[in-house]
Amino acid sequence: MYGNHKLIAFETIVVKEIRRFARIWLQTLVPPAITIVLYFVIFGNLVGRRIGEMAGFQYMEFIVPGLIMMSVIQNSYSNVVSSFFSQKFQRSVEELLVSPVPNYVILSGFVVGGMARGLAVGVIVTSLSLMFADLRIAYPLVTVSVILLTSIVFSLAGFVNAVFANSFDDISIIPTFVLAPLIYLGGVFYSVELLSPFWQAVSALNPIFYMVNTFRYGFLGSSDVDIVWAFLILGLFSVVLYSGCIWLLRHGTGIRQ
Amino acid sequence: MSIAISIKNLQKTYANGFEALKGISLEVRQGDFFALLGPNGAGKSTTIGVISTLINRTGGFVEVFGRNVDTHVYETKLDLGIVPQEVNFSLFERVGNVVITQAGYYGLNRKLAKERTEKYLRQLGLWEKRNDRSRTLSGGMKRRLMIARALVHEPRLLILDEPTAGVDIELRKSMWDFLTEINANGTTIILTTHYLEEAEQLCRNIAIIDNGEIVENTSMKHLLAALDSQVFVLDSRDAMSGPIDFSLEGVYANVVDEHSIEISVPAGISLNAVFAEINAKGINISSMRNKSNRLEQLFLSRLQRNVIEA
Repeated sequence: MYGNHKLIAFETIVVKEIRRFARIWLQTLVPPAITIVLYFVIFGNLVGRRIGEMAGFQYMEFIVPGLIMMSVIQNSYSNVVSSFFSQKFQRSVEELLVSPVPNYVILSGFVVGGMARGLAVGVIVTSLSLMFADLRIAYPLVTVSVILLTSIVFSLAGFVNAVFANSFDDISIIPTFVLAPLIYLGGVFYSVELLSPFWQAVSALNPIFYMVNTFRYGFLGSSDVDIVWAFLILGLFSVVLYSGCIWLLRHGTGIRQ
Repeated sequence: MSIAISIKNLQKTYANGFEALKGISLEVRQGDFFALLGPNGAGKSTTIGVISTLINRTGGFVEVFGRNVDTHVYETKLDLGIVPQEVNFSLFERVGNVVITQAGYYGLNRKLAKERTEKYLRQLGLWEKRNDRSRTLSGGMKRRLMIARALVHEPRLLILDEPTAGVDIELRKSMWDFLTEINANGTTIILTTHYLEEAEQLCRNIAIIDNGEIVENTSMKHLLAALDSQVFVLDSRDAMSGPIDFSLEGVYANVVDEHSIEISVPAGISLNAVFAEINAKGINISSMRNKSNRLEQLFLSRLQRNVIEA
């Protein structure tokens, strides 16, 4: 396929993905906004006032980056998993599979679609957070790069889930039983300093812990983790998941008989 | 004339051990209108699935216009248009977007994609529905939409898997006209169908597949010439009774009821001679029809032979 044809195919997939989540904005963009406002009101405002400071910052300031990251993770993941699985379910994915679009273009299209929704929700949540906290970004480059990388990682993870899913139950199992616990235990609401050494070591095994803390570092300039190490983990996850997805597409796992 | 598609020793065994294709080989010439017939589960859709790469084959190879589908993925896919048996577009998309999106997958720029979408939606009578959600279309319209989608990149080879199944007769005829026209304009067509009349009307060459094997692969003319006899049902306004004997060799009559008879006429016997004898017997015929589709007889006889040989 010629370069410009690939670009048109890529653009087609991305536009289709964005059109899909924009068409059902009441299901895709509004619920995370409401949930996050509730977090801000209950945890940040009501409970936060009693907590005071966390790791040297006002509690509201402390949780805002984590909540933004949580929204981006959940929405990047759920966009790809639900879109690709529903295309599998309706068999409309066959439109793509019979066409000459290379596997990496298909994957990139879905990942960028996932990133678009994740980042759209991230922008909405960030805008809403301005009503509750004075945001400042200490390291914009770190903030932007970590959010982009995290969004890529979870879009890819959503793709893997969709490939293996055989029913709508299968696309909610991972977000409910794996993703949610990892996010909540990833330091969104607390500093790892509060934990005993044992649980600090356990937290170090949670990849989301690095993402949340690096993102928080971008905002506040303070982190529980080594930033370089965090970027290496993110890069490693991106490469491994991307390679895995390409392998799955090449072998037709879950999509070709 | 060059070969549009060449299939050699194609095999497919599913994970559950079911052997859907047992090494079939086929060649379809460029410009042909080719029928692939077979009963349910014979391997027709599996063959199409393998050609379109939706099904991974176990053995054999496929060439499209002389190019291997494994080594020339882009070129061979560009040459292929697939109309599947089941609806496989997003039911939430608008009709026009279904076709435009497919054009994008083939690298057509937006302007060209819109032009082609309009051209094929108009030709298939769907232009007025372009802004409707595709789920609101009737069954026949959904099939036409899949044809428009398959044609948007103007492939040289169009494969249709039972495109007229469940479509009313009027619409079926208009789809036949459309397919005949695009075939006349140079597009090679491979058609699977349950309507044997459809294959007889449209196709020049035919392969019959049964149990994953090709049991017949010849021209439609040659196949129909192999018919031993044809059975006609004749209706008369006058009441008829008793056995009716014919002096013509091999011609037999069977009185169905007092107003109709079935006459079996062997190949080589002129219908004029049959009617001359009917006339001589003083029977006034008001109407005549084939008892069954000619191809249907052959189809069933080939399948029966395959079962006996197995």
